[in-house]
Amino acid sequence: MESRIDRRFEALRAEGRGGLITFVTAGDPDLETSFRLISSLPQAGADLIELGMPFSDPMADGPSIQAANLRALKAGTTLSKTLDLVRRFRERDNETPIVLMGYFNPIHTYGVDRFLRDAKAVGVDGLIIVDLPPEEDRELCLPALAAGMRFIRLATPTTDDRRLPVVLSNTNGFLYFVAIAGVTGTRSATEETVAAAVARLRRHTGLPIAVGFGVKTPENAAMIVRFADAAVVGSAIVDRIAAGLAQNGRPQPEMVDEVLGFVGTLAAAVRATPRQAA
Amino acid sequence: MTAIPETVPSVNTYRAGPDEDGHFGPYGGRYVAETLMPLILEVEKAYRKIQDDPCFHAELKHYLAHYVGRPSPLYFAERLTEYLGGARIYFKRDELNHTGAHKINNCVGQILLARMMGKTRIIAETGAGQHGVATATVCALFNLPCTVYMGETDIARQQPNVFRMKLLGAEVKPVTSGSRTLKDAMNEALRDWVANVDNTYYLIGTVAGPHPYPAMVRDFQSVIGQEVRAQMMEAEGRPPDSLVACIGGGSNAMGLFHPFLDDPDITMHAVEAAGHGLDSGKHAASLTGGRPGVLHGNKTYLLQDHDGQIVEAHSISAGLDYPGIGPEHAWLFDTGRVRYVSITDAEALDAFQLCAKMEGIIPALEPAHALAHVIRIAGDLPREHLLVMNMCGRGDKDIFTVARALGVEI
Repeated sequence: MESRIDRRFEALRAEGRGGLITFVTAGDPDLETSFRLISSLPQAGADLIELGMPFSDPMADGPSIQAANLRALKAGTTLSKTLDLVRRFRERDNETPIVLMGYFNPIHTYGVDRFLRDAKAVGVDGLIIVDLPPEEDRELCLPALAAGMRFIRLATPTTDDRRLPVVLSNTNGFLYFVAIAGVTGTRSATEETVAAAVARLRRHTGLPIAVGFGVKTPENAAMIVRFADAAVVGSAIVDRIAAGLAQNGRPQPEMVDEVLGFVGTLAAAVRATPRQAA
Repeated sequence: MTAIPETVPSVNTYRAGPDEDGHFGPYGGRYVAETLMPLILEVEKAYRKIQDDPCFHAELKHYLAHYVGRPSPLYFAERLTEYLGGARIYFKRDELNHTGAHKINNCVGQILLARMMGKTRIIAETGAGQHGVATATVCALFNLPCTVYMGETDIARQQPNVFRMKLLGAEVKPVTSGSRTLKDAMNEALRDWVANVDNTYYLIGTVAGPHPYPAMVRDFQSVIGQEVRAQMMEAEGRPPDSLVACIGGGSNAMGLFHPFLDDPDITMHAVEAAGHGLDSGKHAASLTGGRPGVLHGNKTYLLQDHDGQIVEAHSISAGLDYPGIGPEHAWLFDTGRVRYVSITDAEALDAFQLCAKMEGIIPALEPAHALAHVIRIAGDLPREHLLVMNMCGRGDKDIFTVARALGVEI
């Protein structure tokens, strides 16, 4: 089954450049603003959109994305409403891949089969579920793959060569390398670490490799795509959403444009970076 | 000719779990970020290794006897028995342990494991502060740096324990995210662990979290039930008829129950915190008021809304104020082996005061919930019925909370 994700990575390869993956939390700071933001991300230069499904206890996330989760929940975002955002996005854009990222419990509550059916119907292309390691593949991974959904794994600095084949089983779409051992939005990895890690991962898989966690600036993103197939930027974008909120939590008029402007600088840096031979 | 196995493995046991992936029926498992998986597997490997290691168990026994003060007494509560007019009530006096609660049993076990694994830094989460104090204590004993995560709300209501932890040399990190209680402290401890994978051991205080913690903590706490069996044989010449314990995460209850799970004649009651009442929405009764989900590395019953968001628990007892429950309890609940009941803040407060006046024991608010259930059922039980309640913690830490609830200024 072909997927927008596969097509997008093929297109990037043909263009000879790395991609930019942008993360925002669905419904942050509210559903309408979030929709405006998400629907403009491709034009601002996002090659793939990672959309966070808000959860009350995001234990792999740092303070920025924790706060984004709480804002989204406070604004009434639910998993149904997140799926509805995707549906509305797809009315305008049938090319840009959307990957939902989050934690398992809201999906468990929604019901796995119902979730996969609805997610597929609205145009979700893949899933990244932080708290479902390969040991729990029966929960969602295997049903998702059977439903034609891409199931994207995280590899981390603690994933050694013995563990890597386990991580690379039952997966497709791309491999997400978590560049640092830690939560989102904290430290950044060095160029040497990223280069070595990506080279090691390529020895084990032919999947495209995206690198995230601690990618904060256009320079960081450019450095990543010298080696990897895509750079993921999350907390740095979410921080700009937070910075654009008034005292009462409502977005200031220029917030969306400022966030998109930042995404534009990330995209420009990524697009101007020549690939190293993989 | 094919050999016929001499014995067919019995499926008729409640003590075989978890399976090798850490499941108790559909519950348990390892729902953690990939960064943590290699660590969890390492803890599991180390834990398997010590299970049959006589040196480890000799050392554990030494510290339990000479440092913790085990065995704790099994005490016949004569006045209470007379007052309630039914079952013979025994208290398992785990509040007499060093640091004043059952938590230390598990901490001694895990700190020995952490040392064996070569870990040089310990982190823990705490609600009431009892597990934090116990962890800080064993870290002082073995000269290991210790960081304890504690919700700001809990810090405010458990000041004495915060000060104790600091005296013991631990760093107490206030957690300001979410509801600022135990669940958020656990999130923060997991975040710390993900960022400090090389040297850090996460010393979980209850029978929850990713495999192998629920089984490991249960095993370290099972000393409670093992002692009860021997002590009751000595006191009455036969095993008890029923067991009662409070449950937050559920470690003291698992420790008391587990050795008896396959004794079909023994009834077990686990008491959840009903807070302001199960209908009020302000309670901590994950089993009787929640439904299955995934949080903190395991699948179990959780307090959650229609969207799968975790909701805040409420109990006057900080140690029961957790929106989840150990996965083995979830399974015992489904199978019906253990009866799960609940007690409100008000009932626990009454039991707290009764116990102080009638037995000269100031219980922690946690076992005051168990005691309130004992008060509810004991009078209807025959006089030869032997009931054991786990007095899992002492109440010194709670006197400020209780005074406030009673409108007394101290």
